[in-house]
Amino acid sequence: MARSTPLNAAHRKLGGRMVDFAGWDMPVQYDGLIQEHERVRTGVGLFDVSHMGEIEFTGPGALEEANRLITNDLAKCADGQAVYAGLLNEKGTFVDDVVAYRFSPEHIFICVNASNADKDFAWMAENAKKVKPVNRSNDFAQIAVQGPKAFGVVQRLSPKSLEGVGTYRFTTGDVAGVPCIISRTGYTGEDGFELYCAPDKAEALWYAILEAGKPEAAAPAGLGARDSLRTEMKYALYGNDIDDAHTPLEAGLGWIVKLDKPDFIGKSVLVAQKAAGVPRKLVGFEMLDTGIPRAHYAITQDGEKVGEVTSGTMGPSIKKAVGIGYVPTALSAEGSTFNVDIRGRAAAARVVKTPFYKKP
Amino acid sequence: MSNYPSDLKYTKDHEWAKKAGSNIVVGVTFHAQDALGAVVYVELPKVGSTVTAHASFGVIESTKAVSELFAPVTGKVAKINDDVTANPGSVNDDPYKAWLIEIEPATASDFDALLDQPTYVASLDAAK
Repeated sequence: MARSTPLNAAHRKLGGRMVDFAGWDMPVQYDGLIQEHERVRTGVGLFDVSHMGEIEFTGPGALEEANRLITNDLAKCADGQAVYAGLLNEKGTFVDDVVAYRFSPEHIFICVNASNADKDFAWMAENAKKVKPVNRSNDFAQIAVQGPKAFGVVQRLSPKSLEGVGTYRFTTGDVAGVPCIISRTGYTGEDGFELYCAPDKAEALWYAILEAGKPEAAAPAGLGARDSLRTEMKYALYGNDIDDAHTPLEAGLGWIVKLDKPDFIGKSVLVAQKAAGVPRKLVGFEMLDTGIPRAHYAITQDGEKVGEVTSGTMGPSIKKAVGIGYVPTALSAEGSTFNVDIRGRAAAARVVKTPFYKKP
Repeated sequence: MSNYPSDLKYTKDHEWAKKAGSNIVVGVTFHAQDALGAVVYVELPKVGSTVTAHASFGVIESTKAVSELFAPVTGKVAKINDDVTANPGSVNDDPYKAWLIEIEPATASDFDALLDQPTYVASLDAAK
């Protein structure tokens, strides 16, 4: 039996088409994936991301403890700042990718993928030395309000000015009278907020945002649009583009790895890999021939398999078939060409600059 | 809303078929395009190639999913609809206007064995 978020009844009432996602009963789309995608690119869309997990470290030493588990550096952050980071194992490969929030040196809040929440918590508990993590996943619902018009809608519902809450910054305060963590983050490539609130307040918050956003035609969007939006940005999806077989350096996420930090799990492997050079890289490519690349399709050269597609779609905003995949480093430079095996047909593709989507 | 013309024949694979002279025109049903969502790519066989009843003759893809197209009858591909490969979204606009291929059937009576409209609609209702 799939788990339900506190917004399940709202999704059904609003015509969401429900599917099982990582053990959760979630809306894949409402009025149409392309409409929902466009809504987020040009207006404002609401996503239920309550299935995401939350893990907290509190008390003296919380920052040091959490910082030793992730690749990015919370010590270099200000209070009220969040970072995207890898949670790695000793092999230097991904346990998960996370967003870590620094409330204070004694309060770190980490948002993790739904499918990995239990695994991540067990991993953190096993590896935490002094400050033990607390799994807060059942204490939070989360609504992502995304799009160029998201700021105005959320601000209208917030007595506090949100002007100072820049990208990857957060604050706490009421939104429509509901106490929230108000985070200027997202997974769409658009401006917006992710709002964490108590599960029993989520439905009231959801409807309040839809109501307040009527002038902007705010409406819900499903997991399908979430995936096409993130793919156009080449944002990694755990289980597709990153996993426990790949390091952040191979995934092109060197920017979230702070090798000048005193220590973190997986660091020695990454130091060695950086010195030796990565054997393969995650690249973004566009199709030169017809066809849409899809996860697990082989990437070939001269008939030999040299890599694999990890994500692919026909991008609704870019109107092109694009993919993400691992290729040998020699084939990773912009302009490199290879083939994608689309149902037995070798379709030519070329490595391009990412994100695929650039704001007009 | 859902729409299943009574003058068409259907398959349990959610294709429709109708006669055009001695040939059979094939497309996907309202249900198929609705389940797929926005169609963004259609791959059709070459004119003159052979298709086999219940076997895949092509592919239809939405932003999210890849789905195979199954032939209602065995025969030779007489025509393909290039307008649909150029404008895949036309399948969503009107799945009955956006035909995919025309088959010259090997056995004329195969067409008669396809599902009639009430039987197909009943099978959709049963799957709900």
